[in-house]
Amino acid sequence: MSISTVQDGVSAVSAPGPTTVKADRQLHNRVGLLTVSPSVLALLVWMIVPLAMTIYFSLIRYNLLYPGDNEFVGLENYYFFLTDEGFVHGALNTLWLVGATLLISVVAGVLIAVLVDTPFWGRGIVRVMLISPFFIMPTVSALVWKNLLLHPVSGVFAAVWNFFGATPVDWFAEYPLQAIILIVSWQWVPFAVLLLMTAMQSLDQEQKEAARLDGAGPIAIFWHITLPHLTRPIAVVVMIETIFLLSIFAEIFTTTGGGPGYETTNLAYLIYSQALLQFDVGMASAGGLVAVVIANIAAFILIRMIGKNLTEKA
Amino acid sequence: MADLTIRNLKKSFEDIDIIKGIDLDIKDHEFVVFVGPSGCGKSTLLRLIAGLEEVSSGTIHLDDRDITDVAPAKRDLAMVFQTYALYPHMTVRKNMSFALELAGADKAEINRKVDEAAQILELGHLLDRKPKALSGGQRQRVAIGRSIVRHPKIFLFDEPLSNLDAALRVQMRLELARLHHELKATMIYVTHDQVEAMTLADKVVVLNGGHIEQVGSPLELYHHPVNAFVAGFIGTPKMAFLKGKVEKADRAGVTVKLDCGPEYQLPLDGSRLKAGESVTFGMRPEHIEVTAADASPFKVTLDVTEHLGADTFCYVKAQNGETLTVRAGGDYAGRFGEQVGLTPDLAHCHLFDEKGRAVPKPGAPAKAA
Repeated sequence: MSISTVQDGVSAVSAPGPTTVKADRQLHNRVGLLTVSPSVLALLVWMIVPLAMTIYFSLIRYNLLYPGDNEFVGLENYYFFLTDEGFVHGALNTLWLVGATLLISVVAGVLIAVLVDTPFWGRGIVRVMLISPFFIMPTVSALVWKNLLLHPVSGVFAAVWNFFGATPVDWFAEYPLQAIILIVSWQWVPFAVLLLMTAMQSLDQEQKEAARLDGAGPIAIFWHITLPHLTRPIAVVVMIETIFLLSIFAEIFTTTGGGPGYETTNLAYLIYSQALLQFDVGMASAGGLVAVVIANIAAFILIRMIGKNLTEKA
Repeated sequence: MADLTIRNLKKSFEDIDIIKGIDLDIKDHEFVVFVGPSGCGKSTLLRLIAGLEEVSSGTIHLDDRDITDVAPAKRDLAMVFQTYALYPHMTVRKNMSFALELAGADKAEINRKVDEAAQILELGHLLDRKPKALSGGQRQRVAIGRSIVRHPKIFLFDEPLSNLDAALRVQMRLELARLHHELKATMIYVTHDQVEAMTLADKVVVLNGGHIEQVGSPLELYHHPVNAFVAGFIGTPKMAFLKGKVEKADRAGVTVKLDCGPEYQLPLDGSRLKAGESVTFGMRPEHIEVTAADASPFKVTLDVTEHLGADTFCYVKAQNGETLTVRAGGDYAGRFGEQVGLTPDLAHCHLFDEKGRAVPKPGAPAKAA
């Protein structure tokens, strides 16, 4: 913004042409800059202050159990965080959690969206019910899953297993990460369904009819017409869900507490445990910054991969 | 060969009858245009032929094959849609070859057919583009190309030119006419634009409210409309209709006294009319001459005049308030509110009885009966 203003100023001086127009535009730019700057400044402070504090904390020894012992330690916190046993687990679990949930929500989302696009009796209610899990608080849904559905004694799944004479599975002990993925997917499939369902409505019916005349059956229409039409909303789903899934916390906190061992500890939970279970704010800050870097790398890759798809004009 | 035979075709959507029993024969190489006001069922009829809608009752035969319940792709028909319906993520080449690929044709043949169609339509340099990089007219041509590669027995067009601007529409109209000639194809074309119908068609089918009102060549419809609806629908500006009463009618002629004053002797076969019957007198703007006020018994007041260069259209008001349009020469300079007289060319005038049926001209086939 400021660069373009300067350039405008330069050209206004050098160009002998209609200077009044240039001057006018320059004034316009300045007024724009002036009116926009308070909010930009506020946002900048909003972002910079916590970031600066985190960076500062990450460079000092800062343990809540030893107040006053706050000397500068350089990158020691980072070294200990990255070599911590939990870090590799946390990183891999984060990757698993994000990847699996994305896969499940995109595949299930596309199939459900296509399914509810065909008119049937009670479609409106079905659509609302499909979306509703998204509006339940993560803590609440995790508790519901933990105590009502997956509980090895009183859960619905256990009842089903018993009905067929099988031994009920203790999900959070035997398949902890898979159980978390199940809960998180249950929450995020509706989001994918919502986006893809609305996208389905903008699919040109004449295209489908043309394909029918061209000899395409339902499966060919899905592959050649519907799926290409959905690439853009799928890209949106992947980007938005990645951002939110990287920081999943409540579901883990309420169900497994990161365990058994490190099996369901992701980076967000690891940072929490450093800060508030081990009271090491310095190391947690270092972990937070590592997480920021990882999130930025993910965002960069996503935008390179998918962003082109979004900015391209329809 | 591509003879389409439709017998007693009906279609209803949830108790609302859209097509109310249609019989139609379409001959090989014919260019047939379905025309009618919106909601008359012309698009539905086309979609029934294409197989995109299910027939409620009746039959459709292509040559000797009953295609009433055949899947759309197996009917040997191709359709061009109003919005072109190109596949946006495929290149032009892929768009055109899609049907052939689905049918499992071999690659060399697909390429040959696509190149051939591209050459006919002058699309050769656009084959690697995506639809969004094409102009409206080019997209239209791709949509047509997509049909051509399949070598269908009949081409179906659903208002294909309505999304184009006026100049392009004229150009594409000419191209379609040329294409019809070159491909020697059978084409069915739906439009609400009667200029397209008149210029393109070998045979025009005028539809109204799910019925066929009249089938005939453009000039047949223009000169011998069977009823007031067809007469009013074909021709621009619209034919003027004036109320009147029969004074005297016999086989040799009809004398009509119009409510707005004048009395005319028409060379029509009035054997079915009785004296005193109410009738509608119809005359086209181009068959009326504007004269001085005292030179004619038919006196009117000039309302608005529109100068189009070659012609001037005068909107005039008769003494009893009925309005009509008259075509005058390009240099005609009438003033607003001026009194003028009108002299219709009685040989080209039409008379419709109480039910709107045309009174036949002597010697003309009495189709209305």
